[in-house]
Amino acid sequence: MAALPSIIETTQSAGRQPLLAVREVGKLFGPDKGCQNVSFDLYPGEVLGIVGESGSGKSTLLSVLSGRSQPQEGNITYCNKQGELIDLYSSSEAERRTLLRTEWGFVEQNPRDGLRMGVSAGANIGERLMAQGVRHYGTLREQGLSWLNQVEIDPNRIDDLPRTFSGGMQQRLQIARNLVSSPRLVFMDEPTGGLDVSVQARLLDMLRRLVRELDLAVVIVTHDLAVARLLADRLMVMRRSRVVESGLTDQILDDPQHPYTQLLVSSVLQP
Amino acid sequence: MQTILEVENLNKTFTLHQQQGVVLNVLKNISFNVQAGECVVLHGHSGAGKSTLMRTLYGNYLPANGSIRILHQGGMFDMVGAEPREIMAVRRETMGYVSQFLRVIPRVTCLDIVMEPALERGWSLEKARSRAQALLQRLNIPERLWSLAPGTFSGGEQQRVNIARGFMVDWPVLLLDEPTASLDDVNRQVVLDLITEAKQAGSALIGIFHDKAARDGVADRYIDMNTQEASHAA
Repeated sequence: MAALPSIIETTQSAGRQPLLAVREVGKLFGPDKGCQNVSFDLYPGEVLGIVGESGSGKSTLLSVLSGRSQPQEGNITYCNKQGELIDLYSSSEAERRTLLRTEWGFVEQNPRDGLRMGVSAGANIGERLMAQGVRHYGTLREQGLSWLNQVEIDPNRIDDLPRTFSGGMQQRLQIARNLVSSPRLVFMDEPTGGLDVSVQARLLDMLRRLVRELDLAVVIVTHDLAVARLLADRLMVMRRSRVVESGLTDQILDDPQHPYTQLLVSSVLQP
Repeated sequence: MQTILEVENLNKTFTLHQQQGVVLNVLKNISFNVQAGECVVLHGHSGAGKSTLMRTLYGNYLPANGSIRILHQGGMFDMVGAEPREIMAVRRETMGYVSQFLRVIPRVTCLDIVMEPALERGWSLEKARSRAQALLQRLNIPERLWSLAPGTFSGGEQQRVNIARGFMVDWPVLLLDEPTASLDDVNRQVVLDLITEAKQAGSALIGIFHDKAARDGVADRYIDMNTQEASHAA
C-alpha cells in the first residue's frame, strides 16, 4: 500500500519563502463539521484547489485561510510584499481588512456578494485603487477601461450598473475588481458555480491566463473536478472536516490513493 | 555518456478500494538507467505495465517505493516523494511527455496549446510563435486550423498538435507513449525524424511503440516488461 502524500510539507527548501504557511488549523461547529488539523504551505504563483463534497468543510477552511473567520486552533502566517511575516490572527482586524483590500483578493461564488450593485462597473473596479490613495479621475478611468478589456467586457459598459450585466459578466467584473490592486494571493469560492457551461469555459480560460500572467497564488474551492484539473497545480481533498489526501493535481485525479478520493473521481464523468 | 535517468527498485501498486480492495502489483522492482542521446524502448504485450511505468516516471502515478532520479538543474533529483511544485519544475525544465491523446481545453487555440511549454520557460512570444508554426507546418497541420481550438479537429490532427507541443522545447528526458500510433506514413516519418533529432541533441528518450518499423527505427535498447507479468499474476 502506497504511503499517502504527507499533508505537512517541509519549508526548508532554499530560495522562495512560502506566501502562506498554515499550521494545524481547525474550526469546528460540531463533531466533524468544519475543518480540523489542516497544514500546508502555499508558494508564490501556486494554485491550490480544495475539493470535496458539500459539507466537507471547504468553505469553512477558505474563510479561515482568508482572514474572515478566526480558527479555534492553529496559526496562519503570511509573508507580505516587504518580506515581513504576519501572524494573521494575532494582527488587528484593521490590519487584516487592509490585507484583504490590497495584497489579497476574494472572489465570491455569487458575484452579488462581491460587487457593489448600486455603483457603476467603473466605480467597482476603481474602489480598491481609491482605497490605496489613487484620486486622479483620469487614472481611475483608464484602469477601469483597461481591466474591462482584460476580462473581456465591452469598455462601453463602464458606466453601467452591474445589475444590468449577465451572470458571467458580473463574475468577470468581480475578478477585475479584485485584481486591479495587483494582489499576490486570491481566494476563490466556487467561482464558476452558478454559470452556464459555455460561460464557464470562457471564465476558466481567462482565469488560467491571468494566473499565469500575474504570477498569482490562488486558493480555489470547487466541487467540480474538471475545474480543479484545469486551474489547480495541486489539490487537497476534504472529507468530514479533514484533509484525506493532497498532492499534484493530475496525480490525485489519475491515481487517487484514499478510498474517498477514489469514490469521488470514479463518480464523475471524465474529470 | 552521461546518465540522465536512474530508476531503482521501483514498485507500483494499485489498491482498488471501490472494488473490494483488490491490490494490483503492476510494477515490481524495476531498475534501469538511461544515458544522454539514447532511446530505450519498453517492450511487452498489452497490460504488461508499459504505460504505467511511463506515468509513474512522470509523477502522474504515485509509486509505492523505489527511486526515480533524474538529472535536473545540475543535480540528481529524486521524483519519488517530491513535492508538487518540485515535480512541476521538473516537468517545466527537464522531462517532457508525449502521448497520442490531446487534452483539449475549451477556447484555447491550437497555436497557444503548442506554444505553452515554451512560454512557461519564459520564451518571448515571437520566438515561441515561430517555432510553433514551423512544427505545425512540418506535421502537416493546415495553417487555417492554427487559430482554432482543436476540439473539433480529427483524431489524427489532435494527435499531431500534441506531438508539436511535445517537441516545442528541448527536453533532457522525453517520454513517448505511442506517439506514432494511427498516423499515416508521411506523418509517422516526420515524428521519427523529430525523435532522431532529439536523440542527436542529447535527449534521453523512453518510448512505447507498437509499430515494429517505428520501434526498430529509433530503439537503441529494449527493456523487456513481459517478465513483469509473472509477478503481476502471483
